[in-house]
Amino acid sequence: MDDKIVTQGLNAYFGDVHAIKGIDIHIPSNAITAIIGPSGCGKSTLIRCMNRMHEVMRGARVTGKVLLDGQDIYSSQMDPVLVRTKVGMVFQKPNPFPTMSIYDNVVAGMRLNGERNWRKLDAVVERSLKLAALWDEVKHQLDASGVSISGGQQQRLCIARALAVEPEALLLDEPCSALDPIATAKIEDLLFDLKDKYTIVIVTHNMQQAARVADFTAFMYLGELVEFGVTKKVFENPDKELTEKYITGRFG
Amino acid sequence: MAKRKGLRSRRRPPRFGGDLVFEYSVMGAATLTLALVWLLVVRMVFDSQASIERFGFGFLSGGVWDPNRDVYGALPFIFGTLLTTGIAVLIGVPLSIGIAVYLSELAPPWLRGPLSSVVELLAAVPSVIYGLWAMYTLRPVMVNSVEPFLKSLLGWTPLFQGDPVGLDKFTAGIILAIMIIPTIASVSKEAMMAVPESQREAALSLGATRYETTRMAVLSYARSGIFGACILGLGRAVGETMAVTMTIGNANKISWSLLDPGQTMASLIANNWGEAQGLQLSALIEVGLVLFAVALAVNIFARLMVGRFMKNIPATGGGL
Amino acid sequence: MNTYEYRKLKNTLASGLALACVILALIPLIYILAEVVMKGAPAMSWEFLTRRTTGTGEPGEGIGNAIFGTLLLVFYAALIGLPIGILTGIYVSEYGNNKLGTIVRFFNDVLANFPSIVVGLLAYALVVAYLNVGFSLIAGSVALAIIMIPIVANTTEEALRMVPNSLREGALALGVPRWRTVLKVMLANGRAGIVTGALLAVARVSGETAPLLLTAFYSSYWSLSPTEPIASLPLTIFRNFNSPSEVLLQQAWGAALVLILLVLTLNIGVRLLMKSKAKKSKAVKMKWMTRLSRKA
Repeated sequence: MDDKIVTQGLNAYFGDVHAIKGIDIHIPSNAITAIIGPSGCGKSTLIRCMNRMHEVMRGARVTGKVLLDGQDIYSSQMDPVLVRTKVGMVFQKPNPFPTMSIYDNVVAGMRLNGERNWRKLDAVVERSLKLAALWDEVKHQLDASGVSISGGQQQRLCIARALAVEPEALLLDEPCSALDPIATAKIEDLLFDLKDKYTIVIVTHNMQQAARVADFTAFMYLGELVEFGVTKKVFENPDKELTEKYITGRFG
Repeated sequence: MAKRKGLRSRRRPPRFGGDLVFEYSVMGAATLTLALVWLLVVRMVFDSQASIERFGFGFLSGGVWDPNRDVYGALPFIFGTLLTTGIAVLIGVPLSIGIAVYLSELAPPWLRGPLSSVVELLAAVPSVIYGLWAMYTLRPVMVNSVEPFLKSLLGWTPLFQGDPVGLDKFTAGIILAIMIIPTIASVSKEAMMAVPESQREAALSLGATRYETTRMAVLSYARSGIFGACILGLGRAVGETMAVTMTIGNANKISWSLLDPGQTMASLIANNWGEAQGLQLSALIEVGLVLFAVALAVNIFARLMVGRFMKNIPATGGGL
Repeated sequence: MNTYEYRKLKNTLASGLALACVILALIPLIYILAEVVMKGAPAMSWEFLTRRTTGTGEPGEGIGNAIFGTLLLVFYAALIGLPIGILTGIYVSEYGNNKLGTIVRFFNDVLANFPSIVVGLLAYALVVAYLNVGFSLIAGSVALAIIMIPIVANTTEEALRMVPNSLREGALALGVPRWRTVLKVMLANGRAGIVTGALLAVARVSGETAPLLLTAFYSSYWSLSPTEPIASLPLTIFRNFNSPSEVLLQQAWGAALVLILLVLTLNIGVRLLMKSKAKKSKAVKMKWMTRLSRKA
């Protein structure tokens, strides 16, 4: 199996805080990889390094390599703008643009590239919203504001918005932490359907969620990668004692 | 109020005399402001009675201000105020928004604080010093380069007729533009900085450049705050007195050409105060009344617009 | 890739444009400061700062009475405006969670941006005309005080809001009467913020011209009387700014230099004070916490 994203000796800092300590991880293509670990272990930072969103924060720095299909996204020839169109991201809290309609939210990324053909845009809106399993719920209110729908719907709208740019990989940073169980189930189903076409990395602090949706699971602790493997193996027969402790809830 | 007192006395031990005295004295001080505003309106209406009775609503549309014939109309000054404010807003708003974008989105963190302070220092320079500077530095530049250039470019429009003299509505508009920049820039900056980081992240993660992020996530989210900032700046331009008085050339007539001297409501009052008596004084105060009404309307509107985004900032709290 | 390069270009241009706006706005500021210093400095001398103007443009006269007048006007204005402003701020912050508080807060915000010439008209109508005092020091001070009130009230309210609720509740729980709580505990903790507001207000009114033109008018004599017209720095500039007399023009530039030094010193001082405010207020808070716990 080929790897979509590979990190080599990746370090990330916030000012003086060393958040990610020399991580090497291979994210397989067309699969769901979950990253679990206690709060503050650097799991969100790790995926933010994978589409150069980490450096957006004040005082943030990255060293080491992140290879996307073998190309280092931190090399000087790489433009973060292009990296981000290839690797999309969904955040912890739904963040649709409140001043845009649902329709405009979905095509926001495409409009950046000067796409004005409305037939094309219409098609993309329908396709993305269907992929995000939101089409049936909002098809009659595409002109409504992006924040007029429920939190779960907003999060799926954000997924649709990320998918509309046709990325190769999708990073999800605790996408369900602000949602109720029904909305969470919907998003999990959706991820399952998406993995044929996309490489998906999901950060979660909910271990059941990782066990349910992920093909591979990485366990992080204090900025280091403790264990990485097939989900079933990590959950049922981990190599490291620390992983077992965390998974069985006998932590700290 | 009565209900609140009742609740309070049940919850707490009976209030000391000092408490009551204190509460009523701070309340007195607070209501003094309201009383002053009310008094202002009453006094101004009273003092401008003579002029109001004589000219009625015609005062607002009268184009002649002639102390010799004792005929007074405010139209030239309303016109002058609108025109100079228009120039100021047209030039000041884009500049200010550029500054606000730089300060909130682009400036390196170490530069942000000092640079914001320096821009705000522009507001600290007294108006009369702007006027002095405009007279001796801006005016020669206007006469020798800016105005001849604009005349050669736009001389076919009614806005640029006549010879450049430097003391005219255009110069006054420019100086006003400089003076309203700090107001608009700093309030807009606050509005932009109140935009949640998650909005910027949303745009960036779609592959937006810094400029596109600013347009897509920041400017549209903060638009009511920015709009309010512009109205606040407009309010400042409407009432600004000294710098305008010193640069506008003081002519009590209506002329569309920006290169002609003019007069605003505020500069009229400043120019004629001390000499005016009788009906002219009454008419001057009525002009002040009009200025008061315009400024009040503009400021209340701006406050409501700015208040809308301020409400989202928990630290500021408050009803407005 | 064509659109991509176009987008990159737009991004670069827009960033450059924003920076250009900042530089463009700084030019007048630097220009004004340089000009005032260059044209005002030659006038400076002990005589210039201490002698009064005769208004006729004789060599050797100065702006002493204008400096003195400005100090006097601002002093009286602060005497009237600061207490009222601070009390208003206390009301809005401590008792203002009702309709009246909302209205007062709103009108303070509106008045803070109000044209100063209209405030001048108010002081004229009130003191000069209605009380029949005539153009005078006291009328000028009332005008300046009215301008100060909303500034001081707003900063006082901000400062009191910053004081932690625990402190207020702690004092009240110990049975300290509310008025003493506010005066002793709250004001002590909000002191830095209130001083900041007061200084900003003083800086703001020192340069006000239009309201003085309408109220205090001008005088070329030394005067202490509250009911006589009085000279001030801003009006010295305004009266002399296009004078054909070199001496009078020189007085305008000299007055501008003194005025701008006064205003900028206050403003920059306040900014430095605000920086150290965070540290100080923490120390004061600790002091009160220990004092309160000792009482308990």
